[in-house]
Amino acid sequence: MEFFHIKRDIPFMSYGKLTTAISLATFVLAVAFLVMKGLNLGVEFTGGTVMELRYAQSVDLNQVREKVDSLKYGEAQVQSLGTTRDVMVRLPNIKTKTSAQLSNEVLNLLKADNSAVELRKVEFIGPSVGSELVTHGATAILLVCVGIIAYLAVRFEWRFAVSAVIANMHDVIIILGCFALFQWEFSLTVLAGILAVLGYSVNESVVVFDRIRENFRKPNLRGKTVPEVIDNAITATISRTIITHGSTECMVLSMLIFGGAALHGFAMALTIGIVFGIYSSVLVASPLLLMLGVTRENMIKPVRIKEEAVV
Amino acid sequence: MNRYPIWKYLLIILSVALAALYTLPNLFGESPAVQIASVRATVKVDAALQQNAEAVLKGAGIKTEDVFFDGTSVKFRFKDTEVQLKAKDLLQARLGDDYSVALNLLSDTPSWLTKLGAKPMSLGLDLRGGVHFLLEVDMKAAVDKALEKTAGDVRRELKEKKIRYGRIVATRDSVEVQLRDEETTQAAAKALRQVLQQSQIDVRENKIVISYSAVALQQLKNDAVKQNITTLHNRVNELGVAEPVIQQQGEGRIVVQLPGVQDTSKAKDILGRTATLEVRMVEDDQAKMSEALNGNVPAGFELLSERGSDGQNRPILLKKEVELTGDNINDAQAGFDDQNSAAVHINLDSTGAAIFKTLTKESIGKRMAMVLVEKGKGEVVTAPVIRSEIGGGRVQISGSMGVAEANDTALLLRAGSLAAPMNIVEERTIGPSLGKDNISKGFNSTLYGFFAIAVFMMIYYRVFGVVSAISLAGNLLFLLAMLSLLGVTLTLPGIAAIALTLGMAIDANVLINERIREELRLGMTPQAAISNGYDHAFATILDSNVTTLIAGLALLIFGSGAVRGFAWVHCIGILTSMYSAVFVSRGVINLIYGGRRVSTLAV
Repeated sequence: MEFFHIKRDIPFMSYGKLTTAISLATFVLAVAFLVMKGLNLGVEFTGGTVMELRYAQSVDLNQVREKVDSLKYGEAQVQSLGTTRDVMVRLPNIKTKTSAQLSNEVLNLLKADNSAVELRKVEFIGPSVGSELVTHGATAILLVCVGIIAYLAVRFEWRFAVSAVIANMHDVIIILGCFALFQWEFSLTVLAGILAVLGYSVNESVVVFDRIRENFRKPNLRGKTVPEVIDNAITATISRTIITHGSTECMVLSMLIFGGAALHGFAMALTIGIVFGIYSSVLVASPLLLMLGVTRENMIKPVRIKEEAVV
Repeated sequence: MNRYPIWKYLLIILSVALAALYTLPNLFGESPAVQIASVRATVKVDAALQQNAEAVLKGAGIKTEDVFFDGTSVKFRFKDTEVQLKAKDLLQARLGDDYSVALNLLSDTPSWLTKLGAKPMSLGLDLRGGVHFLLEVDMKAAVDKALEKTAGDVRRELKEKKIRYGRIVATRDSVEVQLRDEETTQAAAKALRQVLQQSQIDVRENKIVISYSAVALQQLKNDAVKQNITTLHNRVNELGVAEPVIQQQGEGRIVVQLPGVQDTSKAKDILGRTATLEVRMVEDDQAKMSEALNGNVPAGFELLSERGSDGQNRPILLKKEVELTGDNINDAQAGFDDQNSAAVHINLDSTGAAIFKTLTKESIGKRMAMVLVEKGKGEVVTAPVIRSEIGGGRVQISGSMGVAEANDTALLLRAGSLAAPMNIVEERTIGPSLGKDNISKGFNSTLYGFFAIAVFMMIYYRVFGVVSAISLAGNLLFLLAMLSLLGVTLTLPGIAAIALTLGMAIDANVLINERIREELRLGMTPQAAISNGYDHAFATILDSNVTTLIAGLALLIFGSGAVRGFAWVHCIGILTSMYSAVFVSRGVINLIYGGRRVSTLAV
């Protein structure tokens, strides 16, 4: 069986202007959402108390919300966690009260109303830990980028490194934009997911780049222009690109559907990341490479004549 | 062509067999157990206790499945929870308050596997439920305390040397001593340099500034964290928690994880409690002693037990009046005395030193007892005879003790209190039902995803797809074996990483299979297509995996918590997937197609 038996090369590079325009537009949109709406940072980053409750029967969220609000703890959030039985309560940090007092008070109040409630999880995180995590997360992203640039610059050439990283960051910003737009909670597992996308998406670009490098060295492609060589590389790998992404997406969707609330954010970040990973490896990284002016000579290093001193 | 030498096949078989062996412990369940640990640092758990406990259980007709002693605790395994509960109640009643008897779950891994170093993966709190605390040590308080002590030392030393001094103030990171004139300043500086060798002493006109060097400050902070960890260990022992985790994280933070504990407020009460040291006078009057031994303790006295050098406890009569408490102890270190025998050096603060000086001056020839009060019960650690007046706040306890005992005593004296107060900066409680849910959901999603990929590969690439599925299964096996072997704690993000790694691992197989199709299209013979396909794909696989590995390593180094749990599995998964996709799958393909004439490939 074969889905993608493509006889002639698809002229991806001639769509360069269009695809660049599209990705630029999505990129700008994502940045706009990030600036306007901001990320709905999880408790790990902001500090505060989160309680996860499970009721024996489905429960009216408004009632729970009223109850929690009656304690006057400031901006408390009450959300459903997938089912009508699972409820999440988020409380801000209060200086005068410890988290144990806080969660006990809330639980006692809710128990008085409906005794069939089970406390599944309580998390309290101080504000200092949160801000530290933000800097650690930023450092990790930066370090990943530097590492990837360095490796690609050595194995390929600087143009490849730069376009791969730009394509990558493009994916990351778009995922963040989606999280900002829909106000999904941005937790530590989501951050892990995004960092995984960084690794995953560069993987994609590398496979295409590898083919481009190989094509430059092929004698039968010598007469072709650079865009034609890149088109050929993308077409040759398109079958693999789609099947690999399909498989990974399959795994990630399985996580999204069966993984429950705890894995939801992680799987969501990856789902978006994979879709844009295909797009960016083919339609962002390669046109960028062309724009940066890659030539055949970049990849075929001239044979250096060693000067040996004869004594 | 396309044949591996025999050793490569053997290597594959061996690695698969080893991986299966080390994955195996995860398949055995857990059975109920009881763990006996010591509550006090002076009471050791040893083989004798094991025999004692065994005899107790045997006497009551309780059948044990397995018994073992792991150096710090004795564990008994039972058939079901009913027997377990019966045994726990019985043991706690018979062994007394010196031991904590806790319920535990032990892996059912057969002992021959355990002997080979095979063990099941340990599960993170998010998968089994429990309490997690992140405590922050108040470093400023630790430094302040040390500065106060130095100020006291200075005051005492200058008084002793009869040097007149003005104000002594502890500032943010130094102690300043005001002096009258040049002459006294020089004299004071000379005297202080002799006593405070660790500190930096600067002389500015009629003023001496004593500060800690960066190294000394670092040492001070490290000691504070270490002492707090020791104290926490002692306190957690009382909770009777099986396998608690108490670790330093970063410079001044301590992680405490108590699996299975649900009641956070009780846990917090115990973590925050203090054990104290008391110095009290011994009553050696034989009449009073025999009276007390007959069960009639005179008023104002208390009968306690003293641990002798032979390890036996003997009764000792003490006055109820407390002369000095552990609050006045700054530090206790094991060392040696003038005769080169083991000793414990105690450093008292200025108040303590003054009290101690008067006490020893007035009670020469009498015995003084150091009592450690834990859990509301006192025990005499040592009761030496006072030979002479002891001033200067430096107390030395020596006698018939060994080096190990001196270490224990020093630890005990330090362990009672915290070096610096701690704040809870992070706290999580995860219910056991949520943990079970997390495991089953994570496991199921991985399983369904794996099957979907395997079925697709088999349909799409036929024989080569079957080989890809085999190598993917091999990858899962290698990954689980590595995780078990390395003792990585599996968390929910870790399970997510297993799923993602499997999804990404198939990429290598797809690359290879696509490449082989391409080679065939170019008119290569089947054997050449296999060989070229694998060779050409390898460079790509290497490049893409190395870049992914770079990302994974960065996560491992800079991530914390959930990110790190994810990164561990991800990094190991990349390595195992390269091995299984390139080496193992090639081996299977060679076995199927290699070394014979083939006209078509099922790809």
